[in-house]
Amino acid sequence: MDEKLSKKLRILADAAKYDASCSSSGAPKRKSDPDGLGSTVGTGICHAYTPDGRCVSLLKILLTNYCLFNCAYCVNRRSSNVKRAKFSVDEVVTLTVEFYKRNYIEGLFLSSGIIRSPDYTMEQMILVAKKLRRDHGFRGYIHLKTIPEASPWLIEEAGLWADRLSINLELPTEQSLEQLAPEKDGASIETAMAQMFERIEEAREERRHFSPAGQTTQMIVGADETTDTDVLRKSATLYGHYAMKRVYYSAFSPIPDSSAILPLKSPPLMRENRLYQADWLLRYYGFDVDEIASSSEKGMLDLDIDPKLAWALKNRHRFPVDVNRADREMLLRVPGLGARAVDKIVVARKHTTLRLEDVARLTSGLKRAKPFLITADHHPKARLDKLDLRERLIEKPEQLSLFV
Amino acid sequence: MTLHRITLETGADLHTFRKAVRWLIAEELAPQHVMFAIDDAPGLFGDETVSEAPPVAIPKGVSRLIEQVVCHSDPERYALLYGLVWRVLNGERDLLEVASDPLVHRIDLMARSVRRDLHKMHAFVRFRRMPGELERFAAWFEPEHFILEAAAPFFVDRFRSMDWTILTPIGSARWDRHELTFGPPASREDAPDEDSFEEGWRGYYESVFNPARVNPTAMRAEMPKKYWRNMPETAAIPGLIQTAAQRVERMIEQEATMPAKRTPERAIQAMWDQEPKTLEELNAIIAKAGPLVPGATQAVFGEGPHHAEIVFVGEQPGDQEDLQGRPFVGPAGKLLTKAMREAGIEREQAYLTNAVKHFKFEQRGHRRIHSKPTAGEVKHYRPWLMKELELMRPKLVVALGATAVLALSGKATPITRSRGRATFGPYQGYITVHPSYLLRLPDEATKREAYQAFLSDLHRIHDLAQANLETGELPLAAE
Ligand code: SF4
Repeated sequence: MDEKLSKKLRILADAAKYDASCSSSGAPKRKSDPDGLGSTVGTGICHAYTPDGRCVSLLKILLTNYCLFNCAYCVNRRSSNVKRAKFSVDEVVTLTVEFYKRNYIEGLFLSSGIIRSPDYTMEQMILVAKKLRRDHGFRGYIHLKTIPEASPWLIEEAGLWADRLSINLELPTEQSLEQLAPEKDGASIETAMAQMFERIEEAREERRHFSPAGQTTQMIVGADETTDTDVLRKSATLYGHYAMKRVYYSAFSPIPDSSAILPLKSPPLMRENRLYQADWLLRYYGFDVDEIASSSEKGMLDLDIDPKLAWALKNRHRFPVDVNRADREMLLRVPGLGARAVDKIVVARKHTTLRLEDVARLTSGLKRAKPFLITADHHPKARLDKLDLRERLIEKPEQLSLFV
Repeated sequence: MTLHRITLETGADLHTFRKAVRWLIAEELAPQHVMFAIDDAPGLFGDETVSEAPPVAIPKGVSRLIEQVVCHSDPERYALLYGLVWRVLNGERDLLEVASDPLVHRIDLMARSVRRDLHKMHAFVRFRRMPGELERFAAWFEPEHFILEAAAPFFVDRFRSMDWTILTPIGSARWDRHELTFGPPASREDAPDEDSFEEGWRGYYESVFNPARVNPTAMRAEMPKKYWRNMPETAAIPGLIQTAAQRVERMIEQEATMPAKRTPERAIQAMWDQEPKTLEELNAIIAKAGPLVPGATQAVFGEGPHHAEIVFVGEQPGDQEDLQGRPFVGPAGKLLTKAMREAGIEREQAYLTNAVKHFKFEQRGHRRIHSKPTAGEVKHYRPWLMKELELMRPKLVVALGATAVLALSGKATPITRSRGRATFGPYQGYITVHPSYLLRLPDEATKREAYQAFLSDLHRIHDLAQANLETGELPLAAE
C-alpha cells in the first residue's frame, strides 16, 4: 500500500471516528459468488476493538473531509484548520477490497464532507458502492451516509446498493441545529428519513433490495443544553415514525482545532451509557418516556444507578415480584434482570420452582435484583423499604474514563 | 458394577461420541458407570469395544448442543454431555428448558464459550498474501477450542474466489477455490510473516481510536489478550493508551484558532444551485442511473413541447417504446394518439411521458411480456416525475391508469372511483384509464363502450385545458 494512500487513510479515518455507528448487523444472509467476494451474517462481526473499547467492524472513512458546511461540533467544518484529504472513488474501492480480503473488515461505512454540492457528493458515494457491487461482485456490508440536502432520487439510488442508510440528526432540537449547524435543517432531515422509511418498508414487502438493514441515526450528547428526557422523547419519535433500527448517542468529545462557540470538556461517557440503557428500556422492556422521565432529576438520568433501578426505587410499591409467578412484563421491570434472563425464567419455572441460586445462574445482576425479588427461599421483606437502598446498590463505576 | 471406559480421539470427536452414546444407551449404562478418556493411542488400557447400536432419538436442541460442546477443550465435555443425554432419555425430556439446572447451566456455558471462540476466529483471523505471482493467502490462528472444522465454512462462503489456507496448532484448512480440505497441524512459521497492507491497516486502527474515550478494560473484555499476538494492529495498543491522556489535554487546552482560509462564499452559494434546470439535464440524470430492474434497452423520456399545457402520464414504456426510445409508440400509444385527435388534442401539442422510465418485462420465448411495476418501483421513479412536472408547470396533468395515479398522488386509488377531475399536488389533474386497458377488453361491444367513455374523458380534458387558458378558471361545463 503506497505511502500517499496510507496518509490519506489516516486523515479520513480520523475524521470519521466521531460517528458511533459501526455495526454491520441486520443485512440478509448472503454468500459470495464463485467469482465474487464477501458475505454477510445477521448479527455482524467486530474484527477488532480499539483501546476505547469500540468495535471495528466496517472500514469507516470519509470520502473527503473538505466540507462547505460549518457545523460547530464537527472536526471537518469548513472553518477548522485540520489537514484535508480526498479519496478518489477507486481508492476507496481498492482499500475496501484489499482490507476485506485480509479479513480486517465486514465492509464499508462511507460518509463524506460536502464538496461542490450535496448532489455531487452523494453521487460520488453511490459510485463507490456501485463499483464495489458491480465490478467486484462485492457481497459484504455497505453502509452509506445519506446527505439529506441531496436530491431525493439520489436517496432512491443509494438504497439499491447499500445495506444500511443513515442520516445523523446530531442535535435533537431545531433550535440547536440552527445555532450549531447553520446549513442543516431538521425538516429536510426528517423528510429524507421518511422517504427512506417508506422505501425500506415497500422493498421488504416486495422482496427487493433497498437498504435491507434499515436506517439508523445519531445524536450528540453534551454539545447543547437538551435534557435526557428530551433526547429520549426525540428517540421515541424517531423509532416510532421512521422505524429506526437504532438511535446512537455520541458523547460530545474533544476534537482537534475546536470551535470557539463550543468549549471542550471531557466527554460525558456515563451519561451516554445511561441514555443507551434508557433507550433499551424503551425498545425492549415496555417502558415509556414518561416513566423514565418520572425517575429522572430535572430531566436528567441518575448517573450513579441504571435507569431501571432508578425507576424501581421510585416505584417500590410495585415490588417485590415473585419470580415463580409474576408475568413477563413485570419481570422485565426488575432491576438486574435482562430480557434473556426473563425468557429463561419464564420457561424454566414451568418445570421447577426457582430458588435464589437458580436465579443466580440465569443473570449476572442478582445483587441488584435481590431486594425486588421473591423466590422459593427468599423474600426481601423490609429491606425493600430501607432508605439507604439506593446507596447500597450503587456499583463502583468501572474505569470508564481517565478523567472523571 | 465395573466402570466402562470409552476412548475418544483428540479434538471434536463427534463420530466416536455418537457411536458410544448409541451403544451405552442400548446397554442401559448410567453415567456413573461410564468414563470417557481422550487418547491418541487407544487400546492401551483395554477399552470397551463399542459395537454398533441403533440410533437414539433425542430432541433437536440437545443434538445441536452436543455438536457445539464436543468442540470444547475441556476433557470432561463427553461425560457431561452423556449425563445430559441420560437424563433427557430418563424422564427429563424438557431438561434444556430448565436453564437454571446446574448441569444445563454448565453445558450452556461451555456451548457459549465454543460459539464465542468460533465468532472470534471469524473475526480475528488475519490473512497475509503469500509471496509469488498467484494471489494466494494464508493465516495463522490459535483457537481456544477444537473449532477449525466448524469455523471453516464461514471462510468458504466469504472468500469463495480466493485461494486461502488457515493454519492452526490443531490442524489446517485449505480452500483452493473449489474444494475445502483439512490437513495436519501447522506452526506459525508456515504462514507469511508480513503483508503489504498491514502498515496501512495499523494506521487506520490508530486513527479511529478516540483518546478521549480510552477504556482498555472494555477493549480487553471483547478482544482478550490471548488473540493479540496474531493481529497486526494490536502492536499499536500500548502507545495509544499511553499517549491518550496527554492528547486529550492538549486538545482541551488549545485555544480556538482563527480559520486560516477565507470563507468560500462563492462555493457555498453555488452548492445550493444543484438542481437540474432543464428537461435535458434531468433526462441525463435518469439515463445515468440505469434501469431499476435490469433488462431495459434504454430509458424512455417524455416527449412533446416543454411548455405543453397538457401532460399525459402513462405507466411505463412497452416493448416498442423500449426499442425505439420514444413513449407511446406501441399499440396502446397508437390508440391514444387516435383518440386524442378525435377529441381535438394534437399529439404534437401535448407532452407524453411515463411514471416509470424503463421497460420491465418477462421473457417468454422470443416475446418480452410487459410486467407491471410494483408500488415501490413506481415510487422509486416518482422524484424524477415530480421534477419533470416542476420544470414544465403544465396546466393539466392527465393520469392514464392506476400506476400514473399512484405516481402522481403517492397513494394507490382505484380508477373506477377516482375517474374524472383531480388535483395532484399543485397541479390540476384528470384521471382516466390507460389506453392499453381498452385493448385488453374481451368483446367488441364493451370495447366500443369503453372507447366512447375514454373519448369523452379526452373531450373534457381538452375543454379543461382550453378554459384554463382563456379565463384562468374552469368552466362549469367541465365540472
Ligand atoms: S456537514 Fe457538518 S457534520 Fe458533516 S462533515 Fe460537514 S461540517 Fe461535519
